[in-house]
Amino acid sequence: MLLQVFALLGSMPLSTQSQSESDEYILVASLDNARNLSNILKAISFKDHAIFNATQNGLKVTVEDSKCLQANAFIQADIFQEFTIRQDVIGFQVNLTVLLDCLTIFGGSTVPGVSTALRMCYIGYGYPLTLFLEEAGVVTVCKINTQEPEEPLDFDFCSTNVTNKVILQSDSLKEAFSELDMTSEVLQLTMSPSHPYFRLSTFGNSGNAHYDYPKDSDMMELFQCTKTQKNRYKMSLLKPSTKALGLSCKVSVRTDSRGFLSLQYLVRNDDGQICFVEYYCCPDEEVDEE
Amino acid sequence: MDCVSTGGNVKVLAKAIHSLSRIGEELYLEPMEDGLTLRAVNSSRSAFACFMLSPLFFQRYQAPPDQAFHCKMPIKSVQAVFRSLSSLERSVEKCRIQMNSEKSRLTITLHCKHGLLKTHNLSFQDCESLQAVFDKESRGNVLQAQPRLWVDTVLHFPPSLEEVCVSVSGERVWLKNHVEDDADPSRAMMTELCLSSEEFDHFAISSQNSITFCLKELRGLLTFAESSGLPVSMYFDDPGSPVVLSVSDSVLEANFVLATLSEDSHQHSHSNSKAERCKAQPPPDDFMSDDMDSYLIAMETSELAVPSYEPAPHPCSTNHRARLSSTRQEEEEEEEEELLDRPPSKKFCSLFFGSVLPASTQLTSQTTRSQEVLASDSEDEGEKE
Repeated sequence: MLLQVFALLGSMPLSTQSQSESDEYILVASLDNARNLSNILKAISFKDHAIFNATQNGLKVTVEDSKCLQANAFIQADIFQEFTIRQDVIGFQVNLTVLLDCLTIFGGSTVPGVSTALRMCYIGYGYPLTLFLEEAGVVTVCKINTQEPEEPLDFDFCSTNVTNKVILQSDSLKEAFSELDMTSEVLQLTMSPSHPYFRLSTFGNSGNAHYDYPKDSDMMELFQCTKTQKNRYKMSLLKPSTKALGLSCKVSVRTDSRGFLSLQYLVRNDDGQICFVEYYCCPDEEVDEE
Repeated sequence: MDCVSTGGNVKVLAKAIHSLSRIGEELYLEPMEDGLTLRAVNSSRSAFACFMLSPLFFQRYQAPPDQAFHCKMPIKSVQAVFRSLSSLERSVEKCRIQMNSEKSRLTITLHCKHGLLKTHNLSFQDCESLQAVFDKESRGNVLQAQPRLWVDTVLHFPPSLEEVCVSVSGERVWLKNHVEDDADPSRAMMTELCLSSEEFDHFAISSQNSITFCLKELRGLLTFAESSGLPVSMYFDDPGSPVVLSVSDSVLEANFVLATLSEDSHQHSHSNSKAERCKAQPPPDDFMSDDMDSYLIAMETSELAVPSYEPAPHPCSTNHRARLSSTRQEEEEEEEEELLDRPPSKKFCSLFFGSVLPASTQLTSQTTRSQEVLASDSEDEGEKE
């Protein structure tokens, strides 16, 4: 069985676990507000399975699609109220949909002052991921089966290869992404030191559309384009990034010499702390000029 | 054609398009010297809507050199450009519409805040001119009220209601839902609303009357009227002849011409070649009745003074799509008639957009309140050509 859930009523604060139990866990991560984890995971939840990678620095959760797209969510150790790790690197794979269902098991309502507390524990290889969730005195224990983690793709995207980079305030892109013509199979990105500078284009059933951001726009925080590049990416791969965009306040868009795309989103959680989400995407094979 | 609209007018334009989308699936565009006309018609030709925007509506308006230019495109594509009304209001500063007839392409450019530029290139098809020939001034009954009144009234009817029946008598107006004769009595719910003549800005009834028409189409106009704050006028006659709903101000005029059920349309034996109108309702062949030369909806493409059809004193059962001919848009109109007069049988009826000819008399921003004194009555129709 993938998941076992036990609901316990009455006051049983999460901290009163037996000492011996705590010693067994190689990973313990606690949050006073589970939303600080669930919100950011929702931004990459376009597939069922996620690869968890925990180090001293914190948690990295990876979701991939078709070997062409990779999304990563980074939750630093200092976001957690407690983050204890007994190995250098811990990796496992879980069903992200199930995990999110558990994190929001109390309904996810946003009544001010009321939040779900989380204690996430992992004994080790072969053991389930255990979640203790508490809200208003009600405790739920969830155990989610883990799998062997797959090796995440390496997009080999390094700063030295970056041809073009812009940083935009998310608000302006949010509108464009919500209006994208979904009948277009691709989203074309044009980045150039000259006009049109930064352009998103779609080619749909009724015609084409272009969204142009000039380099001197006050939404443009950084504009470093060295070469004119026009790349197309599958719309179906990029559309899920809209969620991450929605949560973020800033986004950096970079392309490298191969036309690979890196989108990095700066997300502030409920407590104002900063987390990052990034998307890597391969360009679509057929790159015809318009 | 090249026109630019700015500020609040962009939202008005968007609302007009959304309104038209409630009528038909295609948007017919006709830019002329005296303004831009947007039209839509439903598949059964029982509802027609038209928005006429005078050059004054735009910050800049340049008509195409080719006067007989008309085109159509799927309305959904244009709606997608203006999808979010709130973001239009918030961020769009200017909207430019350009037509490129060689490439059959319409380009809509939205200049937004922060320098963002949205460009949409939509393809269109050339088509015949779509016009309704009708004369609202000749209607025996006229009601005019603030949009709020109409909106509050239709609110009482369920959204699924197909048809509404409006009855007038003396000093009262009744609105009720139209219930089919064969409706299951245990399930039928009757809603009836009565309004006194005092609620209306203008109330002119020539005789007791009761008309039934499609509510969905009325709602299409009301969403526009409500946001523009312009009073809505209803012109109608006997059942069977179309009802005309109209809003106008100095720079725009909108007319919705809707078919009404004729008295004996309840009998299914009535022959009708039109497709069904509102789902499974019996198709109304209303405007197939005698006086159609004065208010018929037709695809007029014949030239000038030659009538495109023989005015018939007998009911015609041919589908008026058959009247479509391949000649150019009809230009000739007659002067609009005085209220209550029927035009002589051989004359054409005026096309409604005579009323928004830019003229010095209309440069004031006052909304025309009493509909029977439309300045258009005295306009020189020849200007349009």
